[in-house]
Amino acid sequence: MSNTHADTVLFVRDTMLPQKNPPSTSVGAVGWARENLFAGWGNTILTLLAFAVVYYLLAGILPWLISPTFGAESLTECREILAAKGVGSHGGACWGVISERWKQLLFGFYPAEAYWRPILTFVLLFVAISPVLFADYVTPKLLWFTALFPFLAVWLLWGGSLWTPVTVLAGFVVGAVFLSMGSKIGGAIVGVIAAILGAVLWWAVAAAPLASGLSSVVEIGLLPVESRDFGGFLLAITLGVTAIFGSLPLGIILALGRRSDLLLVKSLCVGFIEFIRGVPLITLLFVASTLLNIFLPPGTNFDIILRVMIMMTLFAAAYMAEVIRGGLAALPTGQYEAADALGLDYWKAQRLIIMPQALKISIPGIVSTFIGVFKDTTLVSIISLFDPLGLANAIRADGAWTGIYWELFIFIGVVFFIFCFSMSRYSMYLERKLQTGHH
Amino acid sequence: MKKSVFFGALTVAGVAAGAAAAGTLDDVKARGTLNCGVTTGLVGFAAPDANGEWEGFDVAFCRAVAAAVLGDPKAVEFVPTTGKTRFTALASGEVDLLARNTTWTFSRDVDLKFDFIGVNYYDGQGFMIPKSLGVSSAKELDGATVCIQTGTTTELNLADFFRKNNISYEPVPIETNAEGQAQYLAGACDAYTTDASGLAATRASFENPADHVVLPEIVSKEPLGPLVRHGDNEWGDVVRWTLNALIAAEEMGVTSANIGDLSASAGDNPEVNRLLGTEGSLGEMLGLSADWAKSAIMAGGNYGEVFEKNIGENTPIGLSRGLNAQWTDGGLLYSPPFR
Repeated sequence: MSNTHADTVLFVRDTMLPQKNPPSTSVGAVGWARENLFAGWGNTILTLLAFAVVYYLLAGILPWLISPTFGAESLTECREILAAKGVGSHGGACWGVISERWKQLLFGFYPAEAYWRPILTFVLLFVAISPVLFADYVTPKLLWFTALFPFLAVWLLWGGSLWTPVTVLAGFVVGAVFLSMGSKIGGAIVGVIAAILGAVLWWAVAAAPLASGLSSVVEIGLLPVESRDFGGFLLAITLGVTAIFGSLPLGIILALGRRSDLLLVKSLCVGFIEFIRGVPLITLLFVASTLLNIFLPPGTNFDIILRVMIMMTLFAAAYMAEVIRGGLAALPTGQYEAADALGLDYWKAQRLIIMPQALKISIPGIVSTFIGVFKDTTLVSIISLFDPLGLANAIRADGAWTGIYWELFIFIGVVFFIFCFSMSRYSMYLERKLQTGHH
Repeated sequence: MKKSVFFGALTVAGVAAGAAAAGTLDDVKARGTLNCGVTTGLVGFAAPDANGEWEGFDVAFCRAVAAAVLGDPKAVEFVPTTGKTRFTALASGEVDLLARNTTWTFSRDVDLKFDFIGVNYYDGQGFMIPKSLGVSSAKELDGATVCIQTGTTTELNLADFFRKNNISYEPVPIETNAEGQAQYLAGACDAYTTDASGLAATRASFENPADHVVLPEIVSKEPLGPLVRHGDNEWGDVVRWTLNALIAAEEMGVTSANIGDLSASAGDNPEVNRLLGTEGSLGEMLGLSADWAKSAIMAGGNYGEVFEKNIGENTPIGLSRGLNAQWTDGGLLYSPPFR
């Protein structure tokens, strides 16, 4: 018996085996399916059941959705097309209404030759908010554009002379000049008072004559569009975006005010929040549309969309304040004390330490409020503004389309879903980005 | 102190409102457009088409008034109103005229301080049932479930009717006509009740209209008419006589087709001459041009033409004239003389 290795083992491989693929049943689609869908009897049964349900739903819905009725000009014509195809009138959707009215659902009664204006505004909106939303990728210099955007948007949407927004904007410049001059002469308070007085005086006295004077010299203007011509998603987005971006700063101020030690500030904020939250939005909309009409002197042209915007912003701000107060309350007291210990004053502490953390905590709540506000814009159909749902009603009042529901509602629902879902995905991205915890 | 300031402000607002309301005709002329309140959408009466142009029976009346006052049937700003906002829109001066299938009732005329200037459509509440129910009269509807819009006069009329006939019913409350239509077709209720014109329009949109019948009983009076603010009689006269001009034009055989010939020179019918301004000075008395009625009629035709175009028997709605025929044809339309 030899002791060499070769004697004790019959065969020794002296090269490495090449790596083999895993068995075909555990990789790729099959492997995934085995692992996730058919792992055991219970799972298999559930999977088959789920497939059956999905098939049943799709088999019912898809033939209805895929319906050759895009060219139809009335419900009757749709029914004829479907009958010729051999399915009952419930066997297919009548998409003719969408192909005829989709522009109306998107833009309302906005003049067709000016559709580029809302579209451009919508695109610029994203340019304007990009330095806020995607601060990592966009240069902060764009914030200047963000500040200018509201004026540009108003001019683009409502048209009229370019000089009106320019002179209004000049009011802020006047205010800034007065602020710096006033604070040099008599300190901060004098500066603020001088700035406010100067700007208000400018708007009240100088702005309108200057605007008309300038437009008589150089006429730059767009076709003016009445507020009444706004409708559909143009109206919903205009109202929603204004309420969303107005309510956040207002909500922050209200939330801070509610936690303030100054009794007057605190009671004002609490009163405002509780009053607005205690009243349904519809009531506020009725106040905006009808009560104000009675109280204001006749002939006052206080734009209805502006009134509704103000009401929706106030309404959203009250909810926003509570959401942010929740974020503030969730911060440990240590954070406040640390800010004090660093010798920061109130505003610096809020800006550098408290708010970044509180807002981060509140992101899901804030975005929920945003989405809620955006969807609440459909309530304005009650005060006879043509939001998408109100417009759907008006379209049904056309003899050709009486009795059509699902197609319109599906279209409106899909567009709303796109907007709300994007907002929700963005908030998840933001939460991930701001994640600073150690896991 | 505070109270007196408040009342002072109210008084000022009231006086200002009165001052503004006193001259609606001048306001409209100065503005160059007529603000006309219409519904947010009712088949045949008012609806925007694909280009955003308003069309319908009530819309045609707005256009006639605009043509009479301003000479241009397109000079109308249509203000859509809901059942809830319509009266404040008129009272606050947001609209000059409300042509929104509004029922003329005592309290609206007297208590709400409006003037109904006439009736442009005589409506009444009816019932629609599926033929398969085998009912031929509303009095046989004992124990039926009835779809009804909440918060309307139809709801009260329904209760009155069933109580008067000592039969029972079960209401299915709905919010809008669209919902009512869907519920009725889904079989959630045996009968659907609303104004007869609305029932006809709803039935016309069904896939098989022949499977449904509108019962002969009309359980309420719904005289629908345009209205203006109380206290501005000059404006009220303009609107009232525009409606009368459309009705009288049909009675006298003045149509949009022959109005050019008739108004070219004074003919042998003195009343037609007075109406069209080739004789007398009726337009001047109203503060309008002599051819005011001619413009109004040319806007969309006389009453009969407007009716046929928007809700008549050749439209999908297919309403017959019925009560809305001229008095000479057994209907209720009866314009005072143009003299």
